[in-house]
Amino acid sequence: MKLFRYFSVALTGILAHKLRAGLTMLGIIIGVAAVLTTTGFGSGAAADITANIQNGGVNLLTISSGSSRGGNNPATMTMADAQALSDAQIFPDLVYVAPQYSSSATYTSGSEEGTYQTIGATANYAIVTDLDIEYGQFFTAEQVEKNESVVVLGHTVATDLFGTADAVGQSVRINNNAFQVIGVLEESGGAGFGSNDTRAYVPLQVAQGRLFNASRYRGNYSVSTISIQVATAEGMDDAAKRIEQTLRMRHNLSKDDTNDFTISNQADLLETISNVTGTLSILLGSIGGISLLVGGIGIMNIMLVTVTERTREIGLRKAVGAHNSDILLQFLIESLVLCVLGGLIGIGFSYGVAAILSRMSFMPFAIVIEYWALVLAIGVSSASGFIFGLYPAWRATKLDPIEALRFE
Amino acid sequence: MPYTNGSTTPPVIEIQNITKIYKMGETEVRALNGVSLTIREGEYVAIIGTSGSGKSTLMNMIGLLDKPTSGNYAIRATETNRLSQNQMADLRNKEIGFVFQRFNLLARTSARRQVELPLFYAGVGAGKAAQMATAALERVGLGDRTHHKPDELSGGQQQRVAIARALVNSPSILLADEPTGALDTKTGEEVMALFEELNQQGMTLILVTHDTDIAAQAHRVVTLRDGEIMSDEMNGLTLEPTPVVAYG
Ligand SMILES: Nc1ncnc2c1ncn2[C@@H]1O[C@H](COP(=O)(O)OP(=O)(O)OP(=O)(O)O)[C@@H](O)[C@H]1O
Ligand SMILES: [Mg+2]
Repeated sequence: MKLFRYFSVALTGILAHKLRAGLTMLGIIIGVAAVLTTTGFGSGAAADITANIQNGGVNLLTISSGSSRGGNNPATMTMADAQALSDAQIFPDLVYVAPQYSSSATYTSGSEEGTYQTIGATANYAIVTDLDIEYGQFFTAEQVEKNESVVVLGHTVATDLFGTADAVGQSVRINNNAFQVIGVLEESGGAGFGSNDTRAYVPLQVAQGRLFNASRYRGNYSVSTISIQVATAEGMDDAAKRIEQTLRMRHNLSKDDTNDFTISNQADLLETISNVTGTLSILLGSIGGISLLVGGIGIMNIMLVTVTERTREIGLRKAVGAHNSDILLQFLIESLVLCVLGGLIGIGFSYGVAAILSRMSFMPFAIVIEYWALVLAIGVSSASGFIFGLYPAWRATKLDPIEALRFE
Repeated sequence: MPYTNGSTTPPVIEIQNITKIYKMGETEVRALNGVSLTIREGEYVAIIGTSGSGKSTLMNMIGLLDKPTSGNYAIRATETNRLSQNQMADLRNKEIGFVFQRFNLLARTSARRQVELPLFYAGVGAGKAAQMATAALERVGLGDRTHHKPDELSGGQQQRVAIARALVNSPSILLADEPTGALDTKTGEEVMALFEELNQQGMTLILVTHDTDIAAQAHRVVTLRDGEIMSDEMNGLTLEPTPVVAYG
């Protein structure tokens, strides 16, 4: 078959110019690998963040102090607000109302010491945020009521302090107060935004009182946030509206005042995050694109350097009887072979890097190589290989054989 | 007329009033200036002349590697300016063998592969092509150098690879631009003996040379000067320059 014969000519040509072929392929390999790993970072981060937020629970509203416009947030939300929202007569659709007070605290156990985000919570917090316990249990409503000095540790906190995840029954000092470990959470995987692994949980009023001495607002302890689980997804907007009205009334806000609290809903959060990760992907994608461009320029340079030699080769081939179509076919197959080989090596390389990096402890998430990135990387690098490989050939076919042979 | 194969053979190459002008900015170089020449089947012609007299330019024109600026060139009564690029490529492939002044071998490619090249474009299968290429290399005395690359061959050996490549398709016309330029006397004589043998077998032979001894072995000597034919001699007898005759 004719095509097969050209294949062998192209292969002979490649083997006769291993350095040139290798450098061309290197350009493609670098381009493909750069695009795949950088966009893989972006996709991996996005997937990780989204998964963590979705893990947080369902139909969740989060109320925090301060207006959504930012600025400094005075602790305007209090225990009294939480109690008002817990009234089942007025808010039958709010299944769980879980106020929290969080701050960071220093943990010591023997010679081990560490600072971790510590969340004062009620017993229903574990349900609202869907926490999974590996050892022991979360504190009960009774333990919260009695202000017991008990703590539930995130997986990393337990292993940091005790060298093992099974730390139930151990004692630990938190800001120099003695606490007993009653539970350890399952590893939530990843360590990025929203992971539980480096947090610990204590009964709410223990945090507000003994541990952090929280500020009071109109006589009541302030809270950092209130997490609320709404009965149905459809009821979320309505519930948010009624909560807003109640809180505005309770905070004595007049018609012209803006809210001194923010109600965020998981869906909104997801949207914001996906915007952020979208930007991240674009950023990383452009870095990859630049690498691809650099690879392309590399290919072009090699092609330009060899253009004299190649033009003479084309002149000779034409002199001994090659048609223009023969020449173009040979060069087409040659660049095709180089691009496919280079592309495959680049893909293999990226998957290798992804696998190795994902196993590293410092990587908070796995690199995700997506199909669109594969298509993009192979498309662009092959296109540059084709264009830069075929252009000199195409130009040389326009010359008389003797002009091509004399080309300098 | 005293042609070796008799005077009645049909003309293979008919050149009428050809010019080739190279424009170098303001100045024009008339590399060929109104050259007319007829060469018949089976002739053995040497083209001589000083350096820059237009010998290579004329050979390239005859070998269909270059196009004249004006004038007509017919090969076996076919007007070449009517031929498509592909038809010319096929003629170069099957009818004409060309030995370049600069050997023009492919870099980093074995002698056998160099010689196989015309066969590839003629559509000869790989196995047969390898056989034919090896035979052609043996014919020029390089049977033991088939796997050598150009940079592993001497200048004379490279020249002989180029000759083998020109011969491998058994062309009816062989054009050689300074074929013995890079060869020592002994190898040069061997190549000339090979040419004589090929001519005996009926191949039309045209070669360019500086060397009057080499030219003396041809049966007809055309002398160029400044792009014009100075003389056209047959075995030492001076002839009138070939008259312009319309054929067909
Ligand atoms: N591509 C070109 N551009 C411009 N001038 C050219 C070109 N090729 C040849 N010439 C000019 O045409 C003239 C004839 O050149 P040609 O190569 O035919 O000479 P030649 O007789 O083969 O010489 P030599 O014996 O040195 O090989 C020379 O004056 C040369 O400078
Ligand atoms: Mg010359």
